[in-house]
Amino acid sequence: MLNDFPPWKVWLLTALLVVGVLLSIPSFLTPAQREQIPDFLPQPAVNLGLDLSGGVHILLEAETDEFAATRLQSMADRIEDAMNRDDPRIAIGDISRSGGRIAFTVRDEAQLDDAMERVRELTQPVGFTGERDYSVENIDSLQIVVTPTEAGFEAAVDTAVSTATEVVRTRIDELGTREPTIIRQGSDRIVVQVPGLDSPESLMSLIGRTASLEFRLVNYNADPLAGQSCEAPIGSEAIPWAEQTGYQGCVIVQRRVMVSGDQLENAQQGFDSQTNQVTVNLTFDGPGGRAFGRVTQENVGRPFAIILDGEALSAPNINEPILGGSAQITGGFSVQSANELAIALRSGRLPVQLTVIENRTVGPELGADSIEMGALAGLIATVAVIAFMIVTYGRFGVYANIALALNLFLILAIMALLDATLTLPGIAGFVLTVGVAVDANVLINERIREEQRRGRKIVDAVETGYKEASRAIFDANITNVIGGALMFSFGSGPVRGFAVVLVIGVITSVFTAVTVTRMMVAVWLKNKRPKELVI
Amino acid sequence: MRLLKLVPDTTNIQFLKWRNLALILSMVLTIAAIALTVTRGLNFGVDFAGGQMIQVTFTQDETAPVEGLREEIGQLGIGDVSIQRFGEPNQVSIRLRETESEGEDGGTANSVSEQITEMITAEYEGSRIDSVDAVSGKVSDELFRAGATALVLAMIAIALYIWLRFEWQFGVGALFALFHDVALTFGFFALTQLEFNLNIVAALLTIIGYSLNDTIVVYDRIRENLRKYRKMDIVPLLDLSVNETLARTVMTSLTTIIALVVLLVFGPPVLFGFTAAMLLGIFIGTYSSVYMAAPILIWLKVGPDSFVPVETGGERAEHQEGYTR
Repeated sequence: MLNDFPPWKVWLLTALLVVGVLLSIPSFLTPAQREQIPDFLPQPAVNLGLDLSGGVHILLEAETDEFAATRLQSMADRIEDAMNRDDPRIAIGDISRSGGRIAFTVRDEAQLDDAMERVRELTQPVGFTGERDYSVENIDSLQIVVTPTEAGFEAAVDTAVSTATEVVRTRIDELGTREPTIIRQGSDRIVVQVPGLDSPESLMSLIGRTASLEFRLVNYNADPLAGQSCEAPIGSEAIPWAEQTGYQGCVIVQRRVMVSGDQLENAQQGFDSQTNQVTVNLTFDGPGGRAFGRVTQENVGRPFAIILDGEALSAPNINEPILGGSAQITGGFSVQSANELAIALRSGRLPVQLTVIENRTVGPELGADSIEMGALAGLIATVAVIAFMIVTYGRFGVYANIALALNLFLILAIMALLDATLTLPGIAGFVLTVGVAVDANVLINERIREEQRRGRKIVDAVETGYKEASRAIFDANITNVIGGALMFSFGSGPVRGFAVVLVIGVITSVFTAVTVTRMMVAVWLKNKRPKELVI
Repeated sequence: MRLLKLVPDTTNIQFLKWRNLALILSMVLTIAAIALTVTRGLNFGVDFAGGQMIQVTFTQDETAPVEGLREEIGQLGIGDVSIQRFGEPNQVSIRLRETESEGEDGGTANSVSEQITEMITAEYEGSRIDSVDAVSGKVSDELFRAGATALVLAMIAIALYIWLRFEWQFGVGALFALFHDVALTFGFFALTQLEFNLNIVAALLTIIGYSLNDTIVVYDRIRENLRKYRKMDIVPLLDLSVNETLARTVMTSLTTIIALVVLLVFGPPVLFGFTAAMLLGIFIGTYSSVYMAAPILIWLKVGPDSFVPVETGGERAEHQEGYTR
């Protein structure tokens, strides 16, 4: 025991503890104070969870069912285009999209092979297995069935969600908030965390919107009654009017899209110079501008519809060809909603609809209150436990208390180094650690008392006390780590914060409560050679 | 300086004399707790039941205008809404259950809470929205499953560990003690109808850890005494082990209880249920280590020979060395 800690070991441990305590200091400072630290010094600081700093946590999920339907629709459109191609044109029956697959019949048997070939050309390989994104089969002599493969669908969702994640990131960056976190989770989810945001509503309405903008010609041949009942004739589509327009029913438009939001170069909120209405001003890119110019030139005097996220905003007449590659849309916008739409259009269309499936918002005042109350509770608990330990174990209680204080600093330092997040339950973890961490010292000290009662000499009693108690300390702490690890892997945000403090606390407490106190006791025994041990 | 000794050195309480009574009591309590949990149910928070919870502080008022608020929200026509005081008198929590029609649709769920927060900030000047939690049915189902899995896995993993480190009887004993602790905590939540949320699962896992901590300290001493006093009967041996570790049990329980009571009184109201659960867990966990974990060893016929097959010569030599040095 006495020779377990030669001077070099004492210095090494002390140095380690000093470094640990120093590393915990930045976590106590405000960001402004942290700025004052010279850059060459390491300055890790514990991140505060959203429940402490205030902020928004949103979990978004991609609407995969809807995505599957849209994907199938677009494949059906491409098949129709491929069959209509003039080399030579292949006559087919109606394309059915029921049951999650595409089916159609080829009129002329002689063209069947050609039709199969044209459909196959539209499919893409997935990964390296040779599998393709759609399987193409010929059933019942003349019928062709195109089924999306699972791998193909998964890959499509994967790409769409990746793109969506980037789009969401761009949109949040445009809001100018500080340090947002945007992480893809699993196959179809995105986690968005924005600390210290005052109005989560604007964030929510911005990131959730698909912002799919389309310009389509109105089918002016359609029966006006069709607009009332929203029943589109074949080859057309009925688009409902947006709520803010005040119109009832639908506008009947052609299936073909003149130009879409994908072909935009810029979008800005503005005002109409004549009516002073709020507008969104669009600038098309080269091909988009040319397409828009060509279609407007060919259709002067006819109306076209501006469709946003599946709803018609307006259907103005084309008074003259629009050749400059820019356009202006109106539709009952407020300055804020026009601004949001402009941001959404600039950042691109979401390839898949996202829904908010979880939203947790904490106001900054509540977070500040929680920190204050948690810190107060921690302080009172520490003082109470310290007093209790000194009254009970005297000198050995002081050692345990030093270990306890060091332990708290070390937990903070390690959390800061690991870039871990401190949450409200995490603060509870600290307070609990104050109570539990002294357990190791209690075990040791009680054992020393016991060994002394059995008549052992001072050094021997201390030695045996540490040795015999260590086994139980080790076993007990392992089970705590098991519990904490499971909490971490199955828990979400705040609970994880608790688990982190618990697990780190268990590991550091074994170090401080066993090794560090042992060192202090050894140094004391060696220097003072006490005749009597009061414990 | 004379130091405080909470448990006198000569303490020799015959704990195990009451083991049959304790067993009946434990069984009755466990069954009652399970029955209560099943019949009365737990007051699941939004984490596990889905829906929305909004916390508001009315900084302009002494007390929150609960009645007015109930009327205003009723006019929004949203459906089943419960409004409760929470923490300070001028703080309320508004709870909306998820209705059938919303089901999977988190988008709708979210807009409902938006409607309420907009109404409150417009109607009550000086009110402050402290927090909004909106959880769709899909997410709450997942959280529920994850929580249940974590609990079950924790109990099994820990029992396995004890089986490896000790003997199978000890693993069984620990598992029964844990089951008892968890069941009683569930019963407590069914009885008080305190909100059962994710934090409570964390509390349960902590209780499991703490109770085990206690059980292991007692078991470790039992193992040591089994090797040391080969001729002693099992009942007095268990009593001796419990008494020898009693000072430690009392001390650690006390320091932990001090910390938790402080947290209960001075800590943030959000953590009330969490802290209450752990406080209760300390008592149950300490009791179960003595009256569940230890007596099971008698019924499973643990004796001095239990450790003979696994105890290798080297281990024994090392063990004795500790006493001769």
